[in-house]
Amino acid sequence: MSTATTTPTRRRAPVTSTGIVFIVLALTIVAGAILTAMAGRNFFSPGNISAILTGTSILGFIAIGQTLVILAGSLDLSVPYVTSLTSLVAGVIMAGQTSNIVLGVVVALGVSALIGLANGLVVTLLDVHGFIATLGMGLILAGYLATNYKGSAGSAPRDFRLIGATNIGPVPVSTLIMLGCAVLVILLLRRTRIGHHLYAVGGNREVARMSGLHTTTPVVMAHVLCSVLAGMAGLLLLARLSVGSPTIGAQGGYDLMSIAAVVLGGTVLAGGKGNILGTLGGVAIFAVMDNVMGVMEVNPFLKDVVRGVVIIAAVAVYARRTAGRPPRFGRQSLGDAALQEAR
Amino acid sequence: MPYDTDVAHPGQPSEGDASGPPAGPVRDASAPLLRATGLTKRFFGNAVLQDVDLELRAGAVHGLVGENGAGKSTLMKILAGVYQPDGGTIEIAGERRAFGHPVQAQQAGLATVFQEFNLLPDRSVAENIYLGREPRRGALVDTGQMQRDTAELLEGLGVSGLSPQTVVRTLSVAEQQIVEIAKAVSYDARIIQMDEPTAALAEHEVALLYGMVRRLQERGVAVLYVSHRLPELFELCETITVLKDGRHVATRPTTELDEATLVRMMVGRPMSAFFPDPVPGTEPGPEVLTLTGAGNGYVDGIDLRLRAGEIVGLAGLQGSGRTELVEGIFGAQPFTRGSVHLEGRPVRIGSPRQAIRRGLALVTEDRKAKGLALNQSILDNALGVVRAVFPGRTSTARGSMPGVLSSMAVAARGMDQEVQFLSGGNQQKVVLARWLSTHPRVMLMDEPTRGIDVGAKHSIYELMRQLAADGVAILMVSSELPEVIGMSDRILVMREGRLAGELPAGSSEEQILALATGADAGTPPGGDAA
Repeated sequence: MSTATTTPTRRRAPVTSTGIVFIVLALTIVAGAILTAMAGRNFFSPGNISAILTGTSILGFIAIGQTLVILAGSLDLSVPYVTSLTSLVAGVIMAGQTSNIVLGVVVALGVSALIGLANGLVVTLLDVHGFIATLGMGLILAGYLATNYKGSAGSAPRDFRLIGATNIGPVPVSTLIMLGCAVLVILLLRRTRIGHHLYAVGGNREVARMSGLHTTTPVVMAHVLCSVLAGMAGLLLLARLSVGSPTIGAQGGYDLMSIAAVVLGGTVLAGGKGNILGTLGGVAIFAVMDNVMGVMEVNPFLKDVVRGVVIIAAVAVYARRTAGRPPRFGRQSLGDAALQEAR
Repeated sequence: MPYDTDVAHPGQPSEGDASGPPAGPVRDASAPLLRATGLTKRFFGNAVLQDVDLELRAGAVHGLVGENGAGKSTLMKILAGVYQPDGGTIEIAGERRAFGHPVQAQQAGLATVFQEFNLLPDRSVAENIYLGREPRRGALVDTGQMQRDTAELLEGLGVSGLSPQTVVRTLSVAEQQIVEIAKAVSYDARIIQMDEPTAALAEHEVALLYGMVRRLQERGVAVLYVSHRLPELFELCETITVLKDGRHVATRPTTELDEATLVRMMVGRPMSAFFPDPVPGTEPGPEVLTLTGAGNGYVDGIDLRLRAGEIVGLAGLQGSGRTELVEGIFGAQPFTRGSVHLEGRPVRIGSPRQAIRRGLALVTEDRKAKGLALNQSILDNALGVVRAVFPGRTSTARGSMPGVLSSMAVAARGMDQEVQFLSGGNQQKVVLARWLSTHPRVMLMDEPTRGIDVGAKHSIYELMRQLAADGVAILMVSSELPEVIGMSDRILVMREGRLAGELPAGSSEEQILALATGADAGTPPGGDAA
């Protein structure tokens, strides 16, 4: 690390927002365990753990991608439609044949990458904010899906369906793939130049430009990866449902749910600050809440109310922590305080 | 311009050019590291910089002064590659250079520390310094190497106690400044220009900065040092260049200059003529605002009395709590201790809205962030406060607005023009119009003339005199001591969140600074005002 000569005087930071996320997650788990026990069930049973983890994987994929895009200072509202489209494209190509799996996956992810590329280029080159650019892209895809697919289509071969059905211990393979992607993205953000530059561009584009960065590259990359990850979510849904569906993404509400998970995970909506770990925590909080409310047979309306309250409360907490200006003369006033103490 | 008679033919080769006549042999054996000749920049046909020459030498600190609007920033931005000049040439170490982008200037060894920091608050010191040039091992960023390099770099600059991993947001302004300078140095810059590096620093931090500048000098770096604080220039610089109205006025060795001469060259006339006298018949009236032991999170033990028709200057260093005091009075950072009386009646002001209803006005320090909605029209901005707080008076205020604006000589196409297209001076006049239309009894002004040109300054001073004559009590925060001295009936000085003392009109800069820094041994530090 640093040479011995520097005396680190890092100020004792309060709990980081990622820290808060995991504290909240722990509390949610405790509360969930108690509530589940009251309903006469075991929260920690392998079956239930597996169910919760299964619940994390789809939103997990999408939220990881959304984190990248939000860190870059953009937003992706087209993800649910990309998810639907890839489930259909892959399902139709596979058509129940094991030999077509690779082709189906490659084409589906290729299509999502192209959609992400289009999003990224519109955002960077045409200077359209991501909110609008991807809202437009989402509408285009929604229109395409509604016109060309009257209902479910395609079919996943048995081998492909296994991805959605296999567990290693209580852990579903799909969750492991999602976590694998998370590790890769974390590595990308922390240990590659483009990852550092993504934070820089999202934090302050002008600073990034003045430091000689290509400000478009990280943003385009974030959009491409986000779409590809949404495509992976689509593939996973195909594996689970064994058919492609034109409405599966929109039904999941993955656009807003992923943004909510990202923000719940402590990433700043304006970009430049946040991390994947927090997002995973956010996704897990949602999964645990859904699971507990499912076990307790809470009505769906109340479910959404609870989710809504949690999102707003979390963001309010973060806002409080960053509110107010930094003290302008922190040290002098410390001295002042000491003087007062002495008096 | 009527007032450059005092100065030897600006723009022409004058006596001041003696240090570097374009053709003549250089006095010094070493050739200049940077030679800029005939730099010219126009915006919309207006020349903001005209035919300016500048030479920087290795291992020398060169001061650059001039009033706001004199062209200093433009000159720096041209050298930094932010602007492209419309005329003139830049040579670095004898080689012609043209910068299309700031990065090209950096690559040529010319780095700039701007006043507004170019740092990412949520990234670490190391990540900020090596942004865009992160050391790699294989495909990955070598974070360990990056931190070692940063530690080494900081050590080389004599900085201790700043960890490379610290997130920039948690640093003090001075430490952020250090990071900026370290970043500039890390480009192996041979030339570093600094824009008002001490503007945001407290006294003990300034010494740290001086140390860094001297170290750069020892390393043979040429430093261009822009500052309003004249004593700094005399302490640090070998040579000083004065700009005025976009033209080169003089370049002289510091030893041949004194502050009075420098000020005369900058302003083009003696200081005394610059500030209007009070309107005849202006008399301090009854006490309007009284604070007793007031304090919030930033200031404490404030006893203050403000009388109608009075202009009281509030001086102090950056961070001494001046802004926080006026924001306390205005309810933006409400006082939590002490009492406030308005015209003898006790009041509690918990929000700006309450303050406005009681006849207070605050011209904020940062007009772009807090004073104006830049993409709205002049009229909407000027009526903003009245509409929000006194909706019943809106139509009256609207009716009188053309008169108010033209009395202040706001230069605009019309009242529907967006304020972002106005000059800083005209924007500030719109801010004033906004408050005048509420007919305040107490006018709090935080740096009312920051960043505006001389002409606009003068008309704001005249307006202040007129307001005082009309019985408004004015409390003016200012970092420009000549302004404080030139305008104030009394001068209050703050230090470390407290009032350090009061001085009568006509006090000297030295007296104010002594109080502001605590250098005056007669005054015990802090709290005796409580």
